[in-house]
Amino acid sequence: MHDLTSLPMTLAAVKSSGIDSGDTAWMLVATALVLMMTPALGLFYAGLVRAKNALNTFMMSLGAMAVVSITWVAIAYSLAFSKGNGFIGGLHNVFLRNVTNGPRAGLHIPELVFVCFQASFCIITVALISGAVVERMRFGAFLLFAALWACLIYAPMAHWVWGGGWLQHRHVMDFAGGVPVEMASGFSALAAAVVVGARKDFGRQAILPHNGVYALLGASLLWFGWFGFNAGSALTTGMQAPLAFINTLLAPAATLSTWMLIDYLRGRKATAIGAATAIVVGAVGITPAAGFVSPMSAILLGALAAIPAYTLIVWRPRTRLDETLDVLAAHGLAGITGILFIGFFAQASWNLTGNGLLFGSPIQLGRQALAALAAPAYAFCGTFILLKLMSLVTRIRVHEHDEGRGLDVSQHGEEAYTRGEGAILIHPEHAFELEYEGSAKYSFPEGG
Amino acid sequence: MKLVIGIVRPEKANDVLEALYRAEVRGLSVSRIQGHGGETDYVETYRGTTVKMELNEKVRFEVGVSDGFVDAAVDAIAKAARTGEVGDGKIFVVPIEKVVRIRTGEEDTAAVTPVF
Repeated sequence: MHDLTSLPMTLAAVKSSGIDSGDTAWMLVATALVLMMTPALGLFYAGLVRAKNALNTFMMSLGAMAVVSITWVAIAYSLAFSKGNGFIGGLHNVFLRNVTNGPRAGLHIPELVFVCFQASFCIITVALISGAVVERMRFGAFLLFAALWACLIYAPMAHWVWGGGWLQHRHVMDFAGGVPVEMASGFSALAAAVVVGARKDFGRQAILPHNGVYALLGASLLWFGWFGFNAGSALTTGMQAPLAFINTLLAPAATLSTWMLIDYLRGRKATAIGAATAIVVGAVGITPAAGFVSPMSAILLGALAAIPAYTLIVWRPRTRLDETLDVLAAHGLAGITGILFIGFFAQASWNLTGNGLLFGSPIQLGRQALAALAAPAYAFCGTFILLKLMSLVTRIRVHEHDEGRGLDVSQHGEEAYTRGEGAILIHPEHAFELEYEGSAKYSFPEGG
Repeated sequence: MKLVIGIVRPEKANDVLEALYRAEVRGLSVSRIQGHGGETDYVETYRGTTVKMELNEKVRFEVGVSDGFVDAAVDAIAKAARTGEVGDGKIFVVPIEKVVRIRTGEEDTAAVTPVF
């Protein structure tokens, strides 16, 4: 039974506890939106690979959700966000020790919500790297990599810009993850592609996306989720959230327009897979800048971000580098573009935080450039060393024979597109009557 | 004139195609098929339903060649498709009674490539 007389007291208690109901409601929704981005990424990536690897590619994203969620609350959250030194956080919040439903210092949302919101960032960042190693990395090795990478690469880099680390002390502006998400995943992907090596068919035969519609739907859902990613990074409903929200609409739209224009000028056709890529590039570009630049600047950023990414995507397949789904171009380069753009176009009249070069604060460009040097260097070197060490103790790619058959069959014992012809049921007494009643055509007696 | 039928692993199809072009064999058809040879079955599991896959995905090449090109075609397919594992496939060579090229009405040896 509700005791109405206690209601005002409850409200008063909430007010004095520092929790804001509006902020909390928005952050719960934003967190759910970001969590949807990882399966959306799985769909995007699955569409871009060959049919025989579709399930494995999607499973890498789901695997990241499984492993990184647990790793995050066990240790990585603490390493990113509890008090530590300039490089990495401490162990005060290991296994959520000292984390409560009370507000996180400086915010008006429960720390538990903050933990979840930041977890969803770490999850998708790990999943992004899978794009560099699809169609050949062993699934178990990827899961191990996911847990270690979250602790050793993501957590320190998140600490640098958001957890009280050295870049934050130097006033680097990174709204929603240019450093720990975009540059980290892009340059880690480059390292992963180098260590794991090219697919056996790479450069020898045409390897085409098996389902462009998956790629389009995945990218579109990523864009949808990105509103939670960027506008949620305000960590409140006030001030920067609406700015980040509209910028997340405008920047990818500008990239998409630019991309289709470049496509048209080069080949007289606006391509669909190109459009899917452009959405991601634009959303990545605006990610670090979302709450710092004006909407008109966001349009410019979106258009600019298309150029380096497009150039690398055209050039990369002509090299020996099989960074398969171009994470470096779409996240690394677009992330750098966004981080540096802030140095020019940040506008205190919009963000109440600071100006860029064009608005009278040239030093901000230097700070942003520092982040654009440090983040790629740490991500590339850290991931390179991590995977090299892993390869000393475990196999990180599948046997060539299994790569040929496809990773769906070799890693998961399933296929994405089964027809059931020639499949013989094992232990029919257990499964048959329950699941396939009435479809006896799929079963015939063994040896018969 | 012979019809050379090569049944190979899907992942070897591109290699076979390339080898046939290098052997200057022109004109062929390719189809995706399922088949069963001597290879061991593999097991797949779908949410509690475990099945043994008796049929494997294969790719079938059909190449009509004049007599002088039979060995070249067979060699090209055999070399390119071989891994040494069970399940590499088979090559059949069968005689052809008559060939007609639809566009020109050319018949027999004139209708298969290459002319020898």
